[in-house]
This record gives sequence, structure tokens and C-alpha cells, in this order.
Amino acid sequence: MASLKALKIRIGSVKSTQKITKAMKMVAAAKLRRAQEAAIAGRPYAERLEAVMASLASKVGVTEGSSKLLAGTGKDQVHLLVVATSERGLAGAFNTNIVRAARKKAEELERQGKTVRFYLAGKKGRVLRRFYPDGIVADHELGQHKVLGFDQAREVADDLIARYEAGEFDVAHLFYAKFQSALVQIPIGQQIIPVSVPTGTVSAANDGDAAVEYEPDEEAILAELLPRNVAIQIFRAMQENAASEQGSRMTAMDNATRNAGDMIKRLSIQYNRARQAAITTELVEIISGAEAL
Amino acid sequence: MLHFELVTPERLVRSESVYMVTVPGTEGDFGVLEGHAPLMSTIRDGDLLVQRTQGAVPETIAIRGGFAEVNAKGLTVLAEHAS
Repeated sequence: MASLKALKIRIGSVKSTQKITKAMKMVAAAKLRRAQEAAIAGRPYAERLEAVMASLASKVGVTEGSSKLLAGTGKDQVHLLVVATSERGLAGAFNTNIVRAARKKAEELERQGKTVRFYLAGKKGRVLRRFYPDGIVADHELGQHKVLGFDQAREVADDLIARYEAGEFDVAHLFYAKFQSALVQIPIGQQIIPVSVPTGTVSAANDGDAAVEYEPDEEAILAELLPRNVAIQIFRAMQENAASEQGSRMTAMDNATRNAGDMIKRLSIQYNRARQAAITTELVEIISGAEAL
Repeated sequence: MLHFELVTPERLVRSESVYMVTVPGTEGDFGVLEGHAPLMSTIRDGDLLVQRTQGAVPETIAIRGGFAEVNAKGLTVLAEHAS
């Protein structure tokens, strides 16, 4: 049985932990709202770009002369997994889930005899070093920016494209957590290089399509759009990640606060019982002492 | 009036009706009025001139990287940066 003093100290420490988790939950809730707004604000650009890409790609078509970003390198040997994680921990299973999805894909690819390399964007992906000590080609820290800028995504994209053009890999996949709600974030892996062009309902979206004039020409515009599309996909992933991270942290901290509350309750009962036991023993001692006289 | 939209990856910067917009295209500046023929052009880094009404002093928006699209709905400029 712990002493009364030890119990009291324990209760005090659990209480201050609870205060911290409560504050973290509140901060995460505020940041989540901001991250969600940012994700919504970025939607029009992505939608328009996608529409334009679709209409251009359907016109130009994939030929031998087209950009490697569209046509691929012609090989399918070296796969690069870009793992986007957060910079900070204490966000529940957020980072673990992304890393797990990436590892699953890596194992699947290795079974098919492919070479797997990792590109880490965000500090928390570093646990992958333990499993693939030689497979990490780059470790890109996102830094402590308050607001996620497009420039950060651009940096990653430029680096990726440079490596692609140098022939370091043939296919790139991007891993991040899609934000569904504060409770649900889905880890997702998607191919970003070569660019998979959206096809289908093009003609319906663009009226008066035939008469569009292109400056300089379709191929040149498409060649410029492709790298931009990679950057945008990474940016979208980062935005989704930012919202998911805060959502996940909010849920995790909510649970932690509740657990701390339960623990305080349990410890208080234990403390009160111990105190009552001490009083009873003391009383018994006094009474038996008095009776002996 | 011409419907003009300026979009960056971070947000929708402008969405309004204006008289004329001058766009810094890769192959030279071009002005867009209402009823312009459908066009798609890449843009170079430069200034976008927006005239709200005929003869008004143009407002300057510096843009970097992107492209412009003119269709029946109006002019849409997708830029990486705008200020």
C-alpha cells in the first residue's frame, strides 16, 4: 500500500498531465480549423489544373517525344516511396499509420523483385531508417513553419524531378494521410511519377473546345504543366497531412485527458480509503488504550 | 464585363467582373476583354494589369509562374504566386 504522501504526489502529477493534454487538445482543435480552411482554399487551383491537364493530354496523347514525366522511363525497376509525415509527435497513430502503409507497399514491391528507395518529407518518417538503413535517399525536413506554403512543396517537387531526370528512379509513390474527419484519417499511397493523366469526360467540361488557341503550343504548355502538377499533388498531400495531423492529435489528446480523469478518480478513491484506514487504526489504538486503564 | 479569376495553390485571390485584363504571356502581353476567343497561354513572371472600368487607372498584381485560360466563362489565371 502506497503511503498517503506518495498517493497525493501521484494525484498531483496526473492532474498536471491532464492540464497539458487538455491544452494540447484545444490548440489542435484551433489549428485543425485553420488547416481545414487552407485545404478548402487550395481546392479551386487543383480542380482547374486537373481540368486543363485532362483536356491537353487528350489532345496531345502519349508519344515517344513526350515528356518523361508523362511517358515514364520505359522501365519499372526502381521505385521511390515519398513518405510525407509530420514534424512533431504526440498525434496518436498518425505517423505510424503512414509509415506502415509505406512499408507494406515496400514489402509488396520487394516481393516482385523491385528496388525500393525512400524519400522522407517530415521528421517523423525517420523510423524507416531502422528497417531500411540503406534505402533512404533523402531526408527533407519541413521546418517549423506556421503556415504551410507552396514553396515547401515546390522544393520537394523540384528535388524529385531532378532525381527523376538523373535516372535515380522509375516510379514514385506518395504516402500521406487523407483527412476524412477529426476521428478518421486514411493513409493513402498514390503514384505521382509518371503522371497519370485524368481521362474521360473532357468534352463535356470544355465547351467550344475546338477553337481554343494555344500559346506557344499544346506540347509546350503540357511540358510546363507536368512538373507543376507534381508540385501541386505534393502540396495537396501536405495540406491533407496538416489537417489529419491536427485531427489525430485532437482525438489522441482527448483520450489522454479522459484517461487522466479516470486515473485521478481511481487514485482519489485509493487515497480516501488509505486515509480512512489510518484514522480507524488510530481510533482503535486510542480506544483500546483507554479501555486498558 | 469580363469575369476574371486569379487562383494560387494557396487560395482564390480574385473573382470579380472587370473591364479588361492585360496578361504577361510567354510570347508577349495580351489584353483580354469580354468575348475574347478561347485561348490558353503560359505566362512569364510579370505584372497583371486589371482595369475595373474603361479608362480607369489599371491595378497591378505581380504574378509568378503559371498560365492563363480564356473560355466562354471568362479569364482564369493560375499562378504560383500573386501579390
